[in-house]
Amino acid sequence: MAAILETIKEKCIRGKRVELMEEVKRALAEGIDAKTVMNDALIPAMSVVGEKYSSGEFFLPQMMLGARAMSEALAMLKPYLAQGTYEKKGKALVGTVAGDFHDIGKNIVKIMLEGGGYEVVDLGVDVSAEAFVNAVKTEAPQFILMSALITLTMDSMRKTILALESAGVRKQVLVGIGGAPVTQKFADEIGADFYGSDAHGAVEKCNQLLH
Amino acid sequence: MLIVAERINASRKAIRAALERLDTAAIVNEVRIQAQAGAHYIDLNGGTFPGRETELLCWLVDTAQAETDLPLCIDSPDPDALAAALPRVRGERPMINSINLEPERFARVLPLAREHNAKLIALAQGEGVPAASAAEKVDLASLLVERLLAAGMVLDDIYVDPLVFPVGTDSASGLATVSAMREIMARFPGVHTICGLTNVSHGLPARKLVNRTFLAGAIANGMDAAIIDPTDTQLMATLYAAEAVFGRDEYCVNFIEAFQAGKLV
Repeated sequence: MAAILETIKEKCIRGKRVELMEEVKRALAEGIDAKTVMNDALIPAMSVVGEKYSSGEFFLPQMMLGARAMSEALAMLKPYLAQGTYEKKGKALVGTVAGDFHDIGKNIVKIMLEGGGYEVVDLGVDVSAEAFVNAVKTEAPQFILMSALITLTMDSMRKTILALESAGVRKQVLVGIGGAPVTQKFADEIGADFYGSDAHGAVEKCNQLLH
Repeated sequence: MLIVAERINASRKAIRAALERLDTAAIVNEVRIQAQAGAHYIDLNGGTFPGRETELLCWLVDTAQAETDLPLCIDSPDPDALAAALPRVRGERPMINSINLEPERFARVLPLAREHNAKLIALAQGEGVPAASAAEKVDLASLLVERLLAAGMVLDDIYVDPLVFPVGTDSASGLATVSAMREIMARFPGVHTICGLTNVSHGLPARKLVNRTFLAGAIANGMDAAIIDPTDTQLMATLYAAEAVFGRDEYCVNFIEAFQAGKLV
């Protein structure tokens, strides 16, 4: 059993989606339960992918492939997982803030969060403060992750946090921010709960804050 | 090939540090090395400290033109910063980097270009998700060029940037950009196309190799201006070779002269 789980982990880390699906099917056919596949192979694989990306060993496309493989494998396992064991870890809203149309970084964070077992609601790009506030009310997420790629739109992050405060929902969510010009210092300045230096960092912060 | 020299950009650590200290010598040095390396325009971008962009952009204009007679490319998405910096420009006609189809930016940047007789970098970008396919890029670019022409701009003053996105996140994006360049130049004879290169290699190893390969592909498809670092000798060597190979350098004279000047290392 350990050997096949090791193979699954390896295929997931290397983003070999087709082979990963075959190995997962084989594991299920051999009687390994879906929960074991998830907890002992896929989830550890995702941590390895994230660590390798943060250390610079893996490049962006490798991380994205790994995360895609992970979320496809999870989708495949879902029907086999007993009711209640396939709980999503938490719910996160992601969006690029008002005035900003960059979607690549936001999409990477989304993929990594999904790979990390989160339910993600993608609000898209140029998301107004009101849209974030409304989504907090309708979706009741634990996290809001905001992205900005230009200096000019970083201020929209501040405005969104202020809008959450005046709508009385600021305390219901943890707000994380990221994007090329964004820094920890800026996060402190505008009263965000955390800063993610890259997609892996953002997911790690969510994991820590969840506990 | 028109070279817009990109090094003075606040997204670079060294420039951010120079801006923080208002380090004239550092900026002057950047101007000088880019001018010596063959820059035609010096791009100036001061946008990294929220709230200080206008002041820093004006300082960059003053500092750069105390050193060089080369024309400047005033680089900001903020019309207020452009409006403050442009009146300080003396000498040759500046270029504005950039305008796009967002209504407010279009409405404010266009009059600045007219008033200051500036050339314009026109991004194939509207509101909403960036255009990924060649067809979408061509549609946005065409709309923008037509609006600029209707407002009295001439094609020779318009540099369309179809934008390039990382091939590491979308493997079709490099081809989409160069295909769009070809189509835009066929549709509007006399218009220019331009692009920055660094975005294409985001997230990949050996980025400079990816950037200069993309440059060669863009040149093959007609791109006649580029936002690049002219002090990158390998990139410049690729530029000379690509122009010679793709029929943009009669008798390969520029290529040969570059060789004779020791530039093709």
